[in-house]
Amino acid sequence: MTTITDPQQDGGFRLSQLIYDTRYRSTTIQVIALIAFLMIIAFLIRNTVINLGILGKDINFSFLGTASNYDINQRLIPYDSADSHFRAAMVGLLNTLLVAVLGCILATIIGIIAGVLRLSKNWLTAKIMAVYVESFRNIPVLLWILAFMAIFTEMDRQPKSFRGENAQNSMWLWDSVAVTNRGTYIPAPVWEANSSLVVITFLLSLLGIWAFGKYSMRRFQATGELLPNFWIKLGIFVVPTLVVYFLLGRPVGMELPELKGFNFAGGTFMRNSMLALWLALSFYTGAFIAEIVRSGILAISSGQSEASAALGMRPSRTMNLVILPQALRVIIPPLISQYLNLTKNSSLALAVGYTDLRSTLGGTTLNTTGRELECMLLMMLLYLLVSLTISSGMNFYNKSVKLKER
Amino acid sequence: MSDIRTQDIAFVREEILDQQPPPRSQLGVAKWLRENLFSNWFNGLLTIVSIVVLFMVLSSVLPWVFGGVWDAGSLAECRDILNERFGNTHYACWAVITERWQQLIFGFYPETEYWRAIVAFVLMLVAIMPVLFDNLPRKLLWVTIAFPFLMVWLVWGGTIWGPLSVAVGFVIGGIAFSIIDRRYSSIIALIAAVLITIVWWLFIGPSVVEGLNALIPLGELKRVESRELGGFMICLIIGISGIALSLPIGIVLALGRQSDLFIVKMICVGFIEFIRGVPLITLLFTASLILNYFLPPNTTFDLTLRVIIMVTLFASAYMAEVIRGGLAALPKGQYEAADALGLDYWKAQRLVIMPQALKISIPGIVNTFIGLFKDTTLVMFIGIFDMLALSNAIRANSEWNGIYWELFVFIGLIFWVCCFAMSQYSQWLERKLRTDHR
Repeated sequence: MTTITDPQQDGGFRLSQLIYDTRYRSTTIQVIALIAFLMIIAFLIRNTVINLGILGKDINFSFLGTASNYDINQRLIPYDSADSHFRAAMVGLLNTLLVAVLGCILATIIGIIAGVLRLSKNWLTAKIMAVYVESFRNIPVLLWILAFMAIFTEMDRQPKSFRGENAQNSMWLWDSVAVTNRGTYIPAPVWEANSSLVVITFLLSLLGIWAFGKYSMRRFQATGELLPNFWIKLGIFVVPTLVVYFLLGRPVGMELPELKGFNFAGGTFMRNSMLALWLALSFYTGAFIAEIVRSGILAISSGQSEASAALGMRPSRTMNLVILPQALRVIIPPLISQYLNLTKNSSLALAVGYTDLRSTLGGTTLNTTGRELECMLLMMLLYLLVSLTISSGMNFYNKSVKLKER
Repeated sequence: MSDIRTQDIAFVREEILDQQPPPRSQLGVAKWLRENLFSNWFNGLLTIVSIVVLFMVLSSVLPWVFGGVWDAGSLAECRDILNERFGNTHYACWAVITERWQQLIFGFYPETEYWRAIVAFVLMLVAIMPVLFDNLPRKLLWVTIAFPFLMVWLVWGGTIWGPLSVAVGFVIGGIAFSIIDRRYSSIIALIAAVLITIVWWLFIGPSVVEGLNALIPLGELKRVESRELGGFMICLIIGISGIALSLPIGIVLALGRQSDLFIVKMICVGFIEFIRGVPLITLLFTASLILNYFLPPNTTFDLTLRVIIMVTLFASAYMAEVIRGGLAALPKGQYEAADALGLDYWKAQRLVIMPQALKISIPGIVNTFIGLFKDTTLVMFIGIFDMLALSNAIRANSEWNGIYWELFVFIGLIFWVCCFAMSQYSQWLERKLRTDHR
């Protein structure tokens, strides 16, 4: 019987070993891939340089410092047409973030409610929620954005129809919210002197709730006594702020919208474009989140709830202590990607004329300066930055609720 | 015990009672209502709220839908008819659909050539069927292979030689690969085959096509420009091409991301994370605004093709992540078993890993397909007239100025049917392929 031995390496290294020898093959493949990749990149850069040369352009970001000469109707930071293109881009970025944050909050609320109700034992409610989820998931978000916009602009609520003794339309919620076809007016807080004290008290009471939670837990673990946590926390949340508020003579007021001339004035004005985008994105993403929540809860085997019932836990404690902590682990990773999707979908603001990042940097700035390459690169970079920030933040949170495996 | 006499006991039943019917609350409708709608006060409240909401929605939507006018020339005419019939105009004007549905489906495609689009659509159904259902005759797969070339020929027109030369390129590449593969390593064969195919497509093919066009213009159809395409048709073209191309590219990217080759892995990770980090709309703008910068001077190529490429790249990055999830979910033993059987990398992937990984990731894959199909509406921003852009165009017409909901309902319904069918198919496929816990 012969034994198989390694082939004699008498000839030293041969060229064919680069392909046939597993020791070298991976290096060969990688080198080829790298060369191909670099060649493609070089090809693209060379073309770009030639094309820019033909057009007599260069790559130059100095336009960001020059005056933008256009106005933006919605801004979170002070801005006017004398400000630079860079500031315009920042205004747009903040608008994108505003609608993304508002959308994520509302979508989460809608998604949790719809997901839980779809699992409810109530046949009718479950079916209604199924219809909601299936209709929003299977129709493009762009169509929903346009439809919500049409609801707002086409409704028969012109500001002038609020006028008169027996007006056709009226404001809602004790005359504080005016929904018109030009936009919605909501009350704006007015910060008078000493109002900062109220805010500080409120923040301190939040800190107090957190500290109390820690204390109560320690006490529970030491003595086994359970304090009425919920009521005490509610007390800390409400009482100190209210006491300071009234002691200082109500320093925080409300400015209500009022009908003046042909339109409303005062309060905070929310544009239809923003409302439509916000609601459409929230309901659309909410449908996806509902499915995520549902599958998360279904993923916890019924043995878990039976076990906690056997331990004598009430249904609410079962939910809080057994089901939710386990379901969250299943829910959070897809939830992150839904938040990312919502943020990216906010670029569809284009359809309704909301001034987001794409509309300022990738829209008006691009068109007035004619620097497509720079604007597009910068815009992609900013979106990339936002996406990476969200995903890393949420991944950090995910790590904290993940099952600790040792 | 036997001392007890019957007269001492007040009452003894001597015959067995008939079976009683269950209480009424435990029967039929009452039981169902009790269990499903009013099991406790909270459920009762939910039911009442649901009924109120349902009533409010249906009482305004149903008359609107069924009271609608189907036959009118303009919105004003529609409203006249409604005023005459009901005294108000709170009803739909479906006449816009009866008058403009062809435009919504075909865009600005020449009316005399509609048959070509319809033939292409029917061919598409025939081509998809053997892929979806494996109990159909396998010979139908030839239609699937031929379909892309036939579709291009039917939709864009011209002679058949152009699409045919592209197909010949694939055949030449395949033959070259199998010949060289027999003599040398498969890496060399692959590189050589790709190079030969590209040489054919770029340099030899076009002149051959020109010659053949001049000699025998076989199957000459009227040329249709890309900007004449639109409506549901362009959605289908972009959607189906994207779906068909993004799966293989996604698989390659996922394998690249999972591979041990550092440089390949880095390239794949960079590509996937970049594409997933930016909105599709920026990629579409890239396709329409700045792609010309990256191409050799004076190359022009079709906007539809550029959009298909961008949509495909976009979807394949998402696909790669979905498939990576499937790969990661496979137990390590499967990889080791494949190695133990002596399979090389590609054989192991083809025979052991991929069939299982793809099966696990079916829901994600189909979700990506659905997302891609819905995202085809975004092309309206770069000047392609899809259904939503056409709805704007119809509204801009003075006859139909101010009509929203009828068009939205029509478009939404088409998308809903397509996407819902896809998700139902994926659930069916999942059930069919399930091999555990029977």
